[in-house]
Amino acid sequence: MDYLLTEEQIMMRDLSRKIAEEKIRPVAAELDEKSEFPYEIMKTLADSDLFGVYLPEEFGGFGGGVFELCLVTEELSKACGGISVCYAASALGTYPILLFGNDEQKKRFLPDLAAGKKLAAFAVTEPGAGSDASAISATAKKDGDHYILNGTKHFITNGEVADVYVIIAMTNKAKGARGASAFIVEKGTEGFSFGKKEDKLGIRASVTSELIFNECRVPAENLLNREGMGFIITMKTFDVSRPGVAAQALGIAQGALDLTVNYACERKQFGKFIGGFQGIQFMLADMTTQIEAARALIYSTARMIDAGKANTSRPSAMSKMYASDVAMKVTIDCIQIYGGYGYMKDYPIEKYMRDAKITQIYEGTNQIQRNIIASSLIKESRKK
Amino acid sequence: MKVLKKITILKDKCVGCGLCVNSCAFNAISMKSSKAVIDYDKCTLCTACVDACKFNAIEIEKKAGFSSAIGLNEAEGVWVVAEQKSNKLQPVSFELLYKARQLADELGTKVTAVLLGSNVKDEAQCLIWRGADQVIIVENAEFTHYQSEPYSVVIEELAKKYKPEIILAGATTIGRSLIPRLAIKLNTGLTADCTGLEIDKKSGLLLQTRPAFGGNIMATIICKNHRPQMATVRHKVFQEAGEDHTKKGVIIEENIDTALFNSPRSILKDIVEEIEETINITEADIIVAGGRGVGSEENFKIIEELAKVLNAAIGASRSVVDEGWIPYSHQVGQTGRTVCPKIYIACGISGQIQHLVGMQSSKVIIAINKDPHAPIFNVANYRVVGDLFQVIPALTKKLKNSQTTTYSS
Amino acid sequence: MEDKKILNIIVCVKQVPDTTDVKIDPETNTLIREGVESIMNPFDRYAVEEGVRLKEKYGGRVTVLSMGPPQAENVLREAISMGADEGILLSDRAFAGSDTWATSYTIAKAIETIKGYNLIICGKQAADGDTAQVGPGISIHLDIPQVTYVKKISALENNKITVERLIEEGYEVIEVSLPCLLTVVKEINEPRIPSLRGMMKAKKAEIKVLTANELDVKPEYLGLDGSPTQVMKIFSPPQKEEGLIIEGEIPDIAEKLAQVIKEQN
Repeated sequence: MDYLLTEEQIMMRDLSRKIAEEKIRPVAAELDEKSEFPYEIMKTLADSDLFGVYLPEEFGGFGGGVFELCLVTEELSKACGGISVCYAASALGTYPILLFGNDEQKKRFLPDLAAGKKLAAFAVTEPGAGSDASAISATAKKDGDHYILNGTKHFITNGEVADVYVIIAMTNKAKGARGASAFIVEKGTEGFSFGKKEDKLGIRASVTSELIFNECRVPAENLLNREGMGFIITMKTFDVSRPGVAAQALGIAQGALDLTVNYACERKQFGKFIGGFQGIQFMLADMTTQIEAARALIYSTARMIDAGKANTSRPSAMSKMYASDVAMKVTIDCIQIYGGYGYMKDYPIEKYMRDAKITQIYEGTNQIQRNIIASSLIKESRKK
Repeated sequence: MKVLKKITILKDKCVGCGLCVNSCAFNAISMKSSKAVIDYDKCTLCTACVDACKFNAIEIEKKAGFSSAIGLNEAEGVWVVAEQKSNKLQPVSFELLYKARQLADELGTKVTAVLLGSNVKDEAQCLIWRGADQVIIVENAEFTHYQSEPYSVVIEELAKKYKPEIILAGATTIGRSLIPRLAIKLNTGLTADCTGLEIDKKSGLLLQTRPAFGGNIMATIICKNHRPQMATVRHKVFQEAGEDHTKKGVIIEENIDTALFNSPRSILKDIVEEIEETINITEADIIVAGGRGVGSEENFKIIEELAKVLNAAIGASRSVVDEGWIPYSHQVGQTGRTVCPKIYIACGISGQIQHLVGMQSSKVIIAINKDPHAPIFNVANYRVVGDLFQVIPALTKKLKNSQTTTYSS
Repeated sequence: MEDKKILNIIVCVKQVPDTTDVKIDPETNTLIREGVESIMNPFDRYAVEEGVRLKEKYGGRVTVLSMGPPQAENVLREAISMGADEGILLSDRAFAGSDTWATSYTIAKAIETIKGYNLIICGKQAADGDTAQVGPGISIHLDIPQVTYVKKISALENNKITVERLIEEGYEVIEVSLPCLLTVVKEINEPRIPSLRGMMKAKKAEIKVLTANELDVKPEYLGLDGSPTQVMKIFSPPQKEEGLIIEGEIPDIAEKLAQVIKEQN
């Protein structure tokens, strides 16, 4: 398929592909096994200007948007879904500032994030507040020209390695979801520390940590937008970031399929390449079609968002849900084609399945995505 | 604008078989209405298609260009540029003599070895024992170690004086630095890294065969109108000429005007030998090589142990070197060393083309890999599909045992 | 460097078919050349990187130079995206068919047109031909000193450069006066991945194309006519017979292997 990319987009894609092939693929298995954060690769991505593809030029970016972010994430994910999420999670932490920050906040934080000198993270989830964001228990209490944060966030991607965090905490518990607010908290702020580092099934090169706030004093100027906007900031951020997760899933699926097609053309059984058997061919055909459908959905959604269209929640949720379901299905089928070898850790294919699984879970489980899609559908039918 | 073609498809001879299309590495030939058509923007005039065409339908227009310093008819004799380090002959010199002797006998001419050094008369005698009819030596304190400028200037003077028909040198770091300079100075052609040398019976020309495209194809090169015909020869491809102490020959001492090289623009300040406990892989008769399948730096011990009982050198694939399990000096392949031992034992090496290029001319290849589809098996003479962690220790033990039995009996 | 002397570096690069991409058709045992991509010779990437690093350290400029068909300008753009300042492409049908003699002559003549050059860097060899002859050839045509197989540049001062040259036993330390030509090996550095800004700059960069008419060259030294060597025959390397499978219990395998090793050694 030809998605009519611009010259600049082709450059971004090719550059990401080069980094994926030359720098990421050779270390992916090792970083996965050791569960080690890819500092060197983050440096390469920064030196290559890729952290700035989706940010405005005035802050040192390239003036692209969600589409460019998706292109890069997809390419990196083909080689490693764990390393790509370290990159994409920084964008997730940057978006609230880009979308809701005031001029001063943008000038202060975006240039370093665009240059990749600093990484960002977004922290909503708590032990008791996963899909139900209104159950957040972390608090922020105004104290003069500061807010005092208390509470714990967990399962935070880029926790501890990021420099800039956007934290959702309750400024007014009585108001429920309407009482949440968003704060920019920098690493090193007194009272802000890190707890448990998770040992995960997949995306093991990425860091997932606990953030602990204990009487942490955050300057009032770090409040994003205004009090009570935390929930809306979260939802709007997810609307633009979900295509990124979808692109991660897409890249994982495509990467797995690429390996599998090669394998099917090398592996002989009954004196014939297994790619010549109809049973395998049907699987390959289904996989590539599903992947292409996911890509078309993601690209269209990303372009819609970048064009500033309203009501992107539904396509955004559809992209994330569909692409991650495809990734899960494709990676399992790829293992099937690899047969016994596919089950072994000596071969790269099982990692794709482990990496794919999280894309059905994070940034809203696929069940939540279906809720979003269905409720928007029903709302729309009522209006008619 | 008229295109300078230099290569033409003869339409009446072209049958549209397409052999030439596949022979072109630059995708410059395509078929249009069952005739081959050349895209002159892509064609590099490599002339691979001319040979591929079985119907003589591709014509090349080549004019005689410049002429060489040595005339076609005055050139005679086969030269070997002998290689010494600290006045000690290097084995590649004997391999060159072996080949030079064959070529000279076919041409009915003499073999001359050229040797530069600071104290090399004994070594010159050795070259005679190994097959040289005469040895030209030039001694100077400057020549103890190879240096590009003085060496090339001196050999150029000698070549102009003696006018050889063929010059052979090793495709070593010395040969490949020195000989290209000489070829330019003498206005003649040079073929690098040859693995085959023969005299064409009809023309008497030297047929120089070498691998190209990372070993994927072989090319035979000739140097028709220029003398000498020059080639560097891959180390370990030809056998060494044996030593015959009854053999007689002449040693000529040449004195070269030191003014030719006494104002050096480059100075050799130091030679740092990186001492290795293990045997140099380019010289070894047996190489035991480990790949990613070995798993870790620690596991490399089992490779080392096998190498030890075999008195073998240790080789490695690129990925292993990149992991830092073993230093670069052990790397075999396109970006490492090219080796040609009697026996190459590949352990847990999948056999990427870049690796195969560096070892596929080994006499016997034994591959041990648990993946039956590993490409290494395509070049292996003996294939063991199995776990190297079981096979290698068992083999090491077996070899150790048989050694002790030999000694005790 | 002396204050007044500006480092004016020329890096020679070649576009080659990606040999790692070359596959053999298992049915016919011939090369599948279709769809093989053209890339910058991998060894030349180290040369470009070293040139750019020297520029970053000492100041100066890096000109990349290539000889080849028009599409070879891609490798010059790639070098510019890595930090080179300018690209020159020698492209003329009259250059086609050059062997290493004619190639080094033509490149040397082009370098002569670049005023004040003081350092030429080449990759140790090209991955398609593997000859390693063009670098030394250029130095002779220009009558400047050469150092091959350079693995480190350790000093650059007073118009002299000190380098480490890789040899079989270790390395040599050589001091050489500028201008000179170096060929470099992969140990010298790790080539950078270009930046997006670099790629955009490269995309817009103007590549200067030089033809035979613009050089002070003699026609009999060019292209096919100026090449003493010619290819007589090209063939696929003889295919090895399928290897013997050694199987059985581990002790049996060890026994058989030991036997093979004994026989062959």
